[in-house]
Amino acid sequence: MASANDNKPAPGPVDHHIRRVFRLMQPSPHYADAAVPFGTARGRLAGRLPVSWIMLAALTVTLFALLPLGFVVVVAIQSGWDTVYALVFRPRVGELLINTVLLTVVAVPICVALSIALAWLTERSDLPAARLWAWLSVAPLAVPAFVHSYAWVTLVPGLHGLFAGVLVSVIAYFPFVYMPIAASLRRLDPALEDAAASLGHPPWRVFLRVVLPQLRLAICGGSLLVGLHLLAEYGLFVFIRFDTFTTAIVDQFQSTFNGPAANMLAGVLVTCCLVLLAIEVLVRGEERYARVGSGAARQLRVTRLGWATVPCLLLTALVAVLSLGVPFMTIGRWLIAGGTAVWQWDEIMQTLGHTLFLAVAGGLLATIAAIPMAWLSIRAPGPLQRVLEGSNYVVGSLPGVVVALALVTITVRVALPLYQTLFTIVVAYALMFLPRALISLRASIAQAPIELERAAGSLGRRPINALWSTTIRLSAPGAAAGMALVALGIMNELTATQMLAPNGTRTLALAFWAYSSEIDYAAAAPYALIMVAVSLPLTWLLYVQSKRMAGR
Amino acid sequence: MSFLEFNTIHKRYGQVAALAGVDLRVAAGTRTAIVGPSGCGKTTLLRLIAGFEAPDRGRIVLDGEVLAEDGAAVPAHLRGIGLVAQDGALFPHLTIADNIGFGMERRETGRDARITELAYIVGLDKAILKRRPHELSGGQQQRVALARAMARKPRLMLLDEPFSALDTGLRVSMRKAVAELLETAGIATILVTHDQAEALSFADQVVVMRDGEFSQVGTPRELYLKPKDRMVAEFLGDAIILPANIRGGFAQCTLGRIAVDTKETRDNARIMLRPEQLLLKRTSREGMSGTPDMLFGEVVEVEFGGPVCMIAVRLVNSPEPRDAAAIGNTPLILRKPGLDAPAVGEIVRISATGKAHVFP
Repeated sequence: MASANDNKPAPGPVDHHIRRVFRLMQPSPHYADAAVPFGTARGRLAGRLPVSWIMLAALTVTLFALLPLGFVVVVAIQSGWDTVYALVFRPRVGELLINTVLLTVVAVPICVALSIALAWLTERSDLPAARLWAWLSVAPLAVPAFVHSYAWVTLVPGLHGLFAGVLVSVIAYFPFVYMPIAASLRRLDPALEDAAASLGHPPWRVFLRVVLPQLRLAICGGSLLVGLHLLAEYGLFVFIRFDTFTTAIVDQFQSTFNGPAANMLAGVLVTCCLVLLAIEVLVRGEERYARVGSGAARQLRVTRLGWATVPCLLLTALVAVLSLGVPFMTIGRWLIAGGTAVWQWDEIMQTLGHTLFLAVAGGLLATIAAIPMAWLSIRAPGPLQRVLEGSNYVVGSLPGVVVALALVTITVRVALPLYQTLFTIVVAYALMFLPRALISLRASIAQAPIELERAAGSLGRRPINALWSTTIRLSAPGAAAGMALVALGIMNELTATQMLAPNGTRTLALAFWAYSSEIDYAAAAPYALIMVAVSLPLTWLLYVQSKRMAGR
Repeated sequence: MSFLEFNTIHKRYGQVAALAGVDLRVAAGTRTAIVGPSGCGKTTLLRLIAGFEAPDRGRIVLDGEVLAEDGAAVPAHLRGIGLVAQDGALFPHLTIADNIGFGMERRETGRDARITELAYIVGLDKAILKRRPHELSGGQQQRVALARAMARKPRLMLLDEPFSALDTGLRVSMRKAVAELLETAGIATILVTHDQAEALSFADQVVVMRDGEFSQVGTPRELYLKPKDRMVAEFLGDAIILPANIRGGFAQCTLGRIAVDTKETRDNARIMLRPEQLLLKRTSREGMSGTPDMLFGEVVEVEFGGPVCMIAVRLVNSPEPRDAAAIGNTPLILRKPGLDAPAVGEIVRISATGKAHVFP
């Protein structure tokens, strides 16, 4: 449990399972509690860096973050029961619900099974070039889901419906399950498997009864992340003409703008998200899966595949071809077909500029907004702080379309001048990706113990100076990593950008979307390539952090 | 006919020879301790017996059944050998009852009764069975691990430093309890440890390992009093090692004439005395005169340590002035009862009891 402070930000709009994994990695549950007296004493006596101000800031951020949820509730109340009933209990919603449930129920287990197989092969077998396959199992994250879908649709034009939805979803999202499972597999105590074998259990039963139960947290967290992505995804399902709540909301929005129908669908979607969160909490339970003993972990045993090596290699190769080969091949094909004509450099540069500006602005705002909460959760944890933090994570798990719809409604009704402004879109990004920034910051502040700040104080630094020269310095790398991950999210964001961005804004995702909607696949290809190229290093960062979390 | 037999077991990890051809015999129902510094290969040996790894060469036979021979090996789950690991290795996702019952058939009749009985045998309260491993203390966890291993009625029990995570008092009592328990059950036991006191007090047979080889195998008394070489001697306890000439059952050395355990005649031999064989008797400078055949020393340092204190004594009239330069400046370090220990500057008469051991 040594590397307790390592964090693992995830690329999804919801990172809250990782917060739990992270909590699991803390040296002990007492650690946070032990900080209480110090934290408050510091604020009261020595530091005069007032906790109350920070609390107020955190409260403000949380209230902002709760806007989308509040919006759903308020709209439902304002519309009245009859309207709600008429709009929610109708066949169309039933169809969407069936689609969504089917998609989740089929795709998530496939993701889990595939991830367990890949994680076991890359971590626990003597598969040749295991490190390469591990990286190839994470790399699909660098390809935005709608680019996956674009690749498949142009490769197999007739692809649509549930089967297509499951296929592309699994390919686009299985790394979210793979990463935590692989990390957990690395972290397992090999002595447990030895013990089970010495108690007379053959290898497969050891896996079922000892290894698998210990992967439960990872499986739950990863599945939740995939499930929430399935609920939130828009572009992927539009390409393959599979209707989900999110695509329906966007359709409604585009046809009737801010009508009650869209708002009610958003309400149902939020309910689905909350149901997923609740299911995950129930399934996960309150177990402790950390190592019980204190002994040094031995090297994990590696299973010899023998004759099975070739079929296993075929499986990993097949996954790599489907998840990376197809998008890269398609993009390459369109680039060749398009020739130099598709490289409209002035337009591309302008798009890139817009994207980078939004990504940096959103990343900065999210990180700044996360500072008070992160600081409180490490230095002055308490019931109120826990509620605040929890609500931030719940809001972070809401689909972008709901956040966007809420901000559209609020700006149109209350603050029209802010509608479709830079301010609103950046706020939307900050709300959507706050958990990413929060997790990174939290972990890095935890790495800067209060003792250092006190030492700086006892060496004659003024409180603000002490804070600056210790905690802020030490947490800067974590903050930067969090900011990078927020930026990654913003760069590939489509739905909220579409709905909220000021007229004339052109991000990479928007440009890609505009061209591919006009079936000008060749013109869309350069944007897809740029998105993938920029995302790859950030995905690498993610992969490295997920490994570090596992103590390696 | 021995119960467990190894023949020239070899095991390499890459370039490192973890085991370089070891042979061992363990009699049925006995306790064997394997002791050595970390990295000597003792854990590897245990893993080979348990079946987690296969030897590169050599043969392991348990009760007439070949477990491993030249690379091929019976897998661990078919061996019926119990294992208690260093930290217990309890399954964190199962209750204590399920941990203990892990090796039993799930539908075995009387399973619950047997779990309760096993818990009772290892001295665990019944109330603990519903808890989870992390709610237990280190000692309790080890008891659960033992009960879990005993549930399989193993032919042989392997203990991989099971007491090292416990604090001192608990370690001694656990060791005693486990030894009695396994003896009553008639299960042969192999204990791996780096603690020589643990090995000496636990086992009928002690194996000292070093660099993948057995330095010496024998009873605890044999190993302690008649070690084969300096390394074994010093590993098992404090030792005073002196150059000496051996004649007719006596050694002539810096400590004078001392009885030895051999009749041979040898010059330039090395003898070993355990410090507790040297007795100190208070006297004074005046008491030294007129007794040329007696050996005297001056106390140069006393370190108080509660019941036992460490006393450094410098020889003042060594009969061997030629070698005295060496030993005369290196005081003898002895542990003596703290009660009534001599003070710094006092003169003591030194005498040896028992026989010194001559290194072969």
